[in-house]
Amino acid sequence: MHALVNLIRRATPSNILSRHTLLRSLSISSAQTATWAPERRTDLSRLTDGDLDAIRQCVCDDTASSAAAFITDAHELQAFNTDWMHRYIGTSPLCVRPQRTEQVAALLTYCQQRRLAVTPQGGNTGLVGGSVPVHDEIILSTSRMNRVLHWEPQTGTVTVEAGAVLQAVDAYCGQHGYRFPLDLGAKGSCQIGGNVATHASGSRFLRYGSLRGRVTGMEVVLADGTVLDLGLGRALRKDNTGYDLKQWFIGSEGTLGVVTKVSVACAPAPAAVHTALLGLRRDFNAVLALSRRAQHQLGEILYALEFMDREAVTLLERQQSGASVGNPLAHQPDCGFYVLLETGGGVAEHDRARLESFLGQAMDDGLVLDGVLAQDQSQSEALWRMREGLSEAVSRAGPMTFKYDLSLPPSTYYQVVEQTRQRLQTTGDAMQVVSWGHLGDGNVHLNVVAPTCDRRLQAALEPWVYAWVARHGGSVSAEHGIGQMKAGCVQYSQSAAAIEKMRALKRMLDPYGILNPYKLFDA
Amino acid sequence: MNNLRILVAVKRVIDYAVRVRVKPDGSGVDVAHVKMSMNPFCEIAVEEAIRIRERLGADRVRDLVAVTVGPEANQETLRTALAMGMDRGIHVVVPETAAGVTGGSATPLEPLAVAQALQRVADRESAQLIVLGKQAIDDDCNQTGQLLAARLNWPQGTFASAVALDWESPQGATATVTREVDAGLETVRLRLPCVITCDLRLNTPRYATLPNIMKAKKKPIERLTLQELEVDPTPRYAWKRVSEPSQRRAGVMVSDVNELLTRLRADGCLPEN
Repeated sequence: MHALVNLIRRATPSNILSRHTLLRSLSISSAQTATWAPERRTDLSRLTDGDLDAIRQCVCDDTASSAAAFITDAHELQAFNTDWMHRYIGTSPLCVRPQRTEQVAALLTYCQQRRLAVTPQGGNTGLVGGSVPVHDEIILSTSRMNRVLHWEPQTGTVTVEAGAVLQAVDAYCGQHGYRFPLDLGAKGSCQIGGNVATHASGSRFLRYGSLRGRVTGMEVVLADGTVLDLGLGRALRKDNTGYDLKQWFIGSEGTLGVVTKVSVACAPAPAAVHTALLGLRRDFNAVLALSRRAQHQLGEILYALEFMDREAVTLLERQQSGASVGNPLAHQPDCGFYVLLETGGGVAEHDRARLESFLGQAMDDGLVLDGVLAQDQSQSEALWRMREGLSEAVSRAGPMTFKYDLSLPPSTYYQVVEQTRQRLQTTGDAMQVVSWGHLGDGNVHLNVVAPTCDRRLQAALEPWVYAWVARHGGSVSAEHGIGQMKAGCVQYSQSAAAIEKMRALKRMLDPYGILNPYKLFDA
Repeated sequence: MNNLRILVAVKRVIDYAVRVRVKPDGSGVDVAHVKMSMNPFCEIAVEEAIRIRERLGADRVRDLVAVTVGPEANQETLRTALAMGMDRGIHVVVPETAAGVTGGSATPLEPLAVAQALQRVADRESAQLIVLGKQAIDDDCNQTGQLLAARLNWPQGTFASAVALDWESPQGATATVTREVDAGLETVRLRLPCVITCDLRLNTPRYATLPNIMKAKKKPIERLTLQELEVDPTPRYAWKRVSEPSQRRAGVMVSDVNELLTRLRADGCLPEN
């Protein structure tokens, strides 16, 4: 309640709904939204009518496109102001959707002069509230800059505008027999610019490595409107001429510049893909042993290695009760852990024989209790839907979910989950603790479903989880980034000296702090 | 009839999820490096045979036999059927010829020849129930099951969306089949032996489990030739050309009725007056 009163007290421009009314119209309980948001910075200007006119000139070619490019209607703004989890809601009165880099440059030039804050936004699928304004920052959406610009057949390099949707780009590469080196559950909505700005990873990380090694060029607009061409379209895999500035912007979460175009080196699509879902006993050492063996024996054909615990799968089954397939290993009650393993190689018969031999051995050794092997692409996709459906299933399982995205050394990978469960039992809070993760990357997604919208429950988890991870030498944000949610938590995984250098970089590139304020360590 | 032997015919086709490309010369479909799988309706047929055994009880069913007519690669398809739960396989080997137009099997063997082969196998094996998919997704012929039933002079229940076997009915063993027809659902009761072809909603095929995949490696597969079955593979029709469906033209938004009429006239859709 206190938080809600605080929110209403904040002055808002006359042409938008108050945050309170926004909440009401979205039918979201106030407890679900962030109770703590930093005060609005006094050094940032508020939008005036004169600003609106000037900005309209920057981003609209003519009156025809004005409606699409320049949005001030409160109802239309709701979607842009609200994050995917419906947890972070901004009060921006303006969303602009330019179609060209020059328009982005003109906008930022103007905004820096006027000290107007800007929040870049791609697909708005982030899980840390980094893609929505905290207060009245102007939303800069890349949605209308969505073209594929160039395909270089010899190297398999694709050049796209920042607003191109991941799934569409992957399909485009598929037509040329290639795969985009990134795949995540949000692929139908997330955009490449956002992927690069947040350094997204996902299930293809195991095979293709990090995006940092795959981005061969980039065009980025700085806070003062400068358009920086960093090797865009050159499609060179190697270039050691000076500092690699692209790396600053990758993972910068929109706080150092706005990515407008990207060139990415793709990889030839594997000719033969085999997907298996394996059930293991309730002993995480078995999971680790399987992972080690898979990396050795399946080696270059190993494509993906994902893990889910029994609690997560049970939760999914409950949500999907009545659905035709659900969990193919439901008949095996002894399974404490599930591993989704995929191979992608050149020759179907060889790969299948190799995989079956590996799995046969694993079963004989008692490492794997049972499993299923997809016989066609539809079954393969069904197995992936099970893994990719976990996040949404968890969001629907209760009124409130706490999500933690952690990197940990293999030995402690599941300990964090077990100890979280133990801790919640002792504090007497009935919460479901489920987890899944990218086994091969040491990345675990710890999710806690709260039975009621009581923010007090968060205190039982934070900062305890972060402190635990710090003590065990892990990262408090493996792939989701910092955004709003973990602003102020960077110190759990970075030294003070390092953070100071990051701040210095930020000051250099964005001296007035107009790009995505209140995020990362700007809290 | 004490012991039911069920025969299931399976075909190897381009995987349902693959985007099919026509060869530039129009002679057929590109199968190079394309994923092949069991025809989805055949998967449903295999699943149904296994469920029939589960419902009737293993003591009433002698065995479940998977049969395929095709080149060497079809062995893979038989192994899948065995991994799902069939007991043994029969591979009627067809020599590799130039890839067929549909690319599904590397043979231009037509449904009539396949039906002939299956009839001979059914006679050899003394099968009492034959289950097939309603059609293959590469040629969409929808003929083999019907031709087979005619050659055997058995009753047929095609496009099955539900199957129930009654072992002890007064007429002997019968199968009650609900068929999906244009007007809705039609239920027929057939005396065994009979032929059933399966439609999409009959069941959802199970996954092949690891223990079953391992067991399947040891299940026997008998090899037969077209000659010993006395099957005449001569094609009765010739494929002229394969082409993509014509591109659908994008629609045009018109601003009012007058413009609509103008356009319709321009396209010759309205009589001149």
